[in-house]
Amino acid sequence: MRRDLGAQLRRSLDLQPLLVPLLAIVLAFVSGAIAILAIGSDPIEAYAALVRGMVGSTDRIAASLGRSTPFIGAALAVAFAFRAGLFNIGAEGQLLVGATAAAWVGTWATVRGLPGVVAVPVLLLAGIVAGGIWGGIPGALKARTGAHEVIVTIMLNAIALLYVRWLVSSQDPVILRDPGATVPRTATIDDAARLPGIVDSQPPLHWGFLVMVALAILVRFVLQRTTFGFEVRTVGTNTDAARYAGMAVGRTILVTMAVSGAFAGLAGAGEISGTAGFLSPGVFVSIGFDSIAIALLARANPLAIVPAAILWGSMLSGAGLMQQEVGLSIDVVRIVQALVLLFVAADVIVRTVFRLRKTRDDALETTDLASGWGGQ
Amino acid sequence: MTGATTARDRRFRLTHLQTIAVVLGLLGVALVGYVAPNVTSDDRTFGFEPPPEPLDVTFPAATAIAVIGIVYLLTAAVSLLERRGTRWTRTALGVSGALFFPLVVIVALALSETRSTNVTQLLVESLSLGTPIALGAMAGLWSERSGVVNIGIEGMMLGSAGVGFMVYAIAGDASSTSWLVASIGVAILTGGAIAALHALMSVTFRVDQIISGVVINLLALGVTGFLRSEVIVPSGVTSGITTSAIGLPLLSEIPILGPQLFTARPIFFAMFAIVFASWWVLFRTPFGLRVRSVGEHPSAAETVGIDVIRTRYLAVIIGGLIAGLGGAWFSMESQGGFQDNMTNGTGFIALAALIFGKWRPWTAFGGAMLFGFTRALGSRLQILGVELGDFEVPSELWQSLPFVVTIVVVAGLIGRAIPPAAVGKPFQRSR
Amino acid sequence: MPVAPDAPVVLEGRGITKTFPGVIANQDVDLTLRAGEIHCLLGENGAGKSTLMNVLYGLYQPDGGEVLVHGEPVRFGSSADAIAHGIGMVHQHFQLIPTFTVAENVALGNETSRRGVLDLDGTRERIRDISSRYGLHVDPDAVVGELSVGVQQRIELVKALYRDAEILILDEPTAVLTPGEVDEFFRVVRGLVDKGKSIIFITHKLREVLAVADRITVLRGGRAVGSADPTTATEQDLANLMVGRDVVFTVDKGPASPGAAVLVIEGLEVTDGRGVTTVTDLDLTVRAGEILGIAGVEGNGQRELVEAVTGMRTASAGTITVLGTDITRANPRTVADLGVGHVPEDRNRHGVVGAFSIADNVVLNQYHKAPFSQRALRREGPTRELARTIVRDFDVRTPGIDAPVQTLSGGNQQKVIVGREMTRDVKLLVVAQPTRGLDVGSIEFIHRRIVELRDRGVAVLLVSAELDEILSLSDRVGVLYRGRLVGEHDRADTTREEIGLLMASGSRAEVAT
Repeated sequence: MRRDLGAQLRRSLDLQPLLVPLLAIVLAFVSGAIAILAIGSDPIEAYAALVRGMVGSTDRIAASLGRSTPFIGAALAVAFAFRAGLFNIGAEGQLLVGATAAAWVGTWATVRGLPGVVAVPVLLLAGIVAGGIWGGIPGALKARTGAHEVIVTIMLNAIALLYVRWLVSSQDPVILRDPGATVPRTATIDDAARLPGIVDSQPPLHWGFLVMVALAILVRFVLQRTTFGFEVRTVGTNTDAARYAGMAVGRTILVTMAVSGAFAGLAGAGEISGTAGFLSPGVFVSIGFDSIAIALLARANPLAIVPAAILWGSMLSGAGLMQQEVGLSIDVVRIVQALVLLFVAADVIVRTVFRLRKTRDDALETTDLASGWGGQ
Repeated sequence: MTGATTARDRRFRLTHLQTIAVVLGLLGVALVGYVAPNVTSDDRTFGFEPPPEPLDVTFPAATAIAVIGIVYLLTAAVSLLERRGTRWTRTALGVSGALFFPLVVIVALALSETRSTNVTQLLVESLSLGTPIALGAMAGLWSERSGVVNIGIEGMMLGSAGVGFMVYAIAGDASSTSWLVASIGVAILTGGAIAALHALMSVTFRVDQIISGVVINLLALGVTGFLRSEVIVPSGVTSGITTSAIGLPLLSEIPILGPQLFTARPIFFAMFAIVFASWWVLFRTPFGLRVRSVGEHPSAAETVGIDVIRTRYLAVIIGGLIAGLGGAWFSMESQGGFQDNMTNGTGFIALAALIFGKWRPWTAFGGAMLFGFTRALGSRLQILGVELGDFEVPSELWQSLPFVVTIVVVAGLIGRAIPPAAVGKPFQRSR
Repeated sequence: MPVAPDAPVVLEGRGITKTFPGVIANQDVDLTLRAGEIHCLLGENGAGKSTLMNVLYGLYQPDGGEVLVHGEPVRFGSSADAIAHGIGMVHQHFQLIPTFTVAENVALGNETSRRGVLDLDGTRERIRDISSRYGLHVDPDAVVGELSVGVQQRIELVKALYRDAEILILDEPTAVLTPGEVDEFFRVVRGLVDKGKSIIFITHKLREVLAVADRITVLRGGRAVGSADPTTATEQDLANLMVGRDVVFTVDKGPASPGAAVLVIEGLEVTDGRGVTTVTDLDLTVRAGEILGIAGVEGNGQRELVEAVTGMRTASAGTITVLGTDITRANPRTVADLGVGHVPEDRNRHGVVGAFSIADNVVLNQYHKAPFSQRALRREGPTRELARTIVRDFDVRTPGIDAPVQTLSGGNQQKVIVGREMTRDVKLLVVAQPTRGLDVGSIEFIHRRIVELRDRGVAVLLVSAELDEILSLSDRVGVLYRGRLVGEHDRADTTREEIGLLMASGSRAEVAT
């Protein structure tokens, strides 16, 4: 028994699983430096500015965390679907729909009188429900007719984008547009429905961040410890065995997609409530696609999503300063991000460069996401 | 969440065909019983322009709608009576599907003040807007038929659009056609190079193929943005000439459709050739047989001495070259210039067209053209100014048409699409 | 038809060694094949037979030793090299592409073209030629996925002969055939030898070895442990050599004492996924404390029968009742909760989730019930307790209950499944192909457990393509032939020959004549 404990302790202190991602990040930055050198800039100077932009001051750190907040929720949406063998490309649309619902509910007269502890949850719930419905549609279609969720979610992204633009900018009839504003946008939500801020940075760090971290822990708990999580993982790993075991595969797919959409919807609502306070068309672009990368970077592990999303968000947040000080386009950060994902996924490259040996644990850990391509 | 089991009664579920029949029947009843009596009974005109001899087809809108409604009712009846997909049912379903396109145009015309619309122009626009989608779908077809998932089509197209235009911008003589052609060549090769990276990651390093595709999309977005701001903008050439239209001899002289359809730009024509060639090579040649065998059952291919790795590399790279041409369409045929993220999701639409077409070249081409048509229709209907009562239908609604139609078609008509059996599975050579 | 001992050696493996991470699959194995002989390679599942053949066929590169063809040392970089040296192989798992036609499959890798276009006319011609010459009838334009396994096997042979193979390696070719088809297959193999081919025949079935071999080599634990002369050796000799200890063939069981009817099926009709009716008008009853064995060639409706009984497929007509409850349209969970255990035919596809631990797998179909969960939360204590019990009682060889099931051997995986289904409170156990691909030790163990369960009063429906298994375990025997249950009898009133005939033709008519 005691020896067991010792082994467990050693295992938890073993940094080997962390080593590869860390080295992958190093390798990605080194490769990015080559691109910077190629156009005659100084990579050290550029990276120094970037890092200052990411974590240079309390304000900067807060801004980085604020930027990461929606990524956590949206990436959890993608990861949760992955665990059921579903590829939810639709986080983008689900997030937007959730944000729209929240922006709408936030202007209700009934919300105005409510205390914050009621108004904020109502607002977030609106995002959860709207995102859940938007995510549930591809789930229902897949369960019912076998329609590929990749196609349906791509289509629903485009539809959400168009309809939200119409809702927000239409002047005849006026739907969600703030009639007093000169540019198309919704009215600002009531103060009661605002998530309280923690640091007033740009973007602000608000309580939504803690909500998202709690959500990550909750997702982890649901997946590992609940019967529903067991169903999700079984359907995702071996659908035939799930059917054999008496699980309702279609219902699990539907519920998983709805829950996944709800996470993205919550992320959108959290942004409305905690950051902007209103919705304008064209906002939140590419959060959904970034979240796919983040979910993959974290290998669909809910707890790993938090650091992955923070890395992602803070790099985007810090890129501004790099652009200001060194005059480098923020696309450099995009390149480095892509390389981080590449090197984490292709750990063979990292192991070859740094001469690491493959451990047994790593071999088992590898998830096979692409094999779910053909659906069931 | 647990114990409560669903008591699904599978015995009384409608078959696929019956579902389609019911939907068509309801649509037919609605058209004959509601739409036709309630729209204007005035004449509407389909114009086949351009001059010199434009052909106009004029008909009473309500009657046309009622006729199509009756066809739908007949199709529903035939489909319900026949148990399996016989020749009759298939023909009826095909006709009904084809009639859907004129139906939408006629209904829209009937709801609008406009009396006539140019159908030839609509057709040409559809094909043109479908061009990059079809090229993207062929890129995906090659890759996925060999067993490699490709969600990096978007990145391949964006990357080659950017790099191709960059070469054009820095080449100096920016108004010369030969430079333009050379730059298109560079775009094609760029697509191939990005595809080679995809193959390196997913075939050699056996990185999860979806991750590899996402990496390519991210990388293309970053690199092209970087090149635009660091190379293209400083070069001073931010806009350039585009490919010029050529008329195919003889074909462009066919009356009515010929002059419009067969006088077009080169990438548009190349698209048709590529769809044909993809079909021909994949399904008619020994190489195609090998590509497909590797995508279906790689170890079986290996036992007869086929080099699975090499075949996959070739197929993925061929797909990349096609995607490269698709990228060139954006920056050098459609617009002379490059903007960040100018492909704007076309690669994903192409992927949808591919799955829609069940991984077959002509049906994937059909899917691409469906998108092209609905896109063209969306902007056409916007111009027509369709009104439902007092409510002017917003342009966003029309623009969403292709996406809604796709969902309906995928969920209602296509159902489960079966991909190549080995797609997504990394292959490990025996040792 | 003895082969002259001085016939030239056409293929030789000398001191072949092949290791995989953690496993020595072949160690210093010598094997020779003489012209015109059938050399049987006998060994248990996992003895290293397939590895050795893959080395000879160029799919694996040996870590030690050499391969000689016609006395010349060769080095095969890939199977293409082996094919070029006149070696053909029929793999245990057919290497055919289901969506391709027969001609496309045969031509693949060896295509001819006319002006760039794939030309299959020549291939069709040659297929017909080979078909008539060797008695291997196949239709060149049929789509492989729609053909029976027997035909697919013929295609594999045609594929090898199309490539002018002089040396044929047949890896467990009879595993999927009926006794009648096996006899027919042996005639084909004999015919091939008569026309000058040399054959390595791999099997673990002793009866076949004695029927067909000119020479026998036995492989155990990756080594060649001996050879035998088919004219003098007995099945018992070979079995002992193969397993390395004395093997008891018969299952030790007393007479059954059947009780009340547990499973009653009346007028059952089931259609498969493609809409083809595969079970027709089937009636059967299994009583408590008896084993009803269903023999039959695969593809005669066994799979659909089992799926209908366990709720995985809905019958199109008829009724199924378990202990008086109608389960005809019940789903798998309802059926399982009624006390029906199911050891599925395809253990990797249905029986386990390979990536999950043993602990998760032992509750795969009962995770939602007490004591394994409480109010939607899973409880680890009882789950792990059950896993430990099963590992102990069912002799599962594993480093621990947290090991992913996919790291276990096939036999141990099957013990996890059998353990799970037998430790549940079952009244009826449906067992499909329970010992496919297992080693003799595991087979003996699982057979013993099935009989023990019967003796505890559980009704057992056993479906197996292994006739020996049916004969040694069942109290009553029936045969599924084209979806109908034929010749249902007490085990004592029937013979092996009778069942074999029923499997092949669905009637016993020829027994009388």
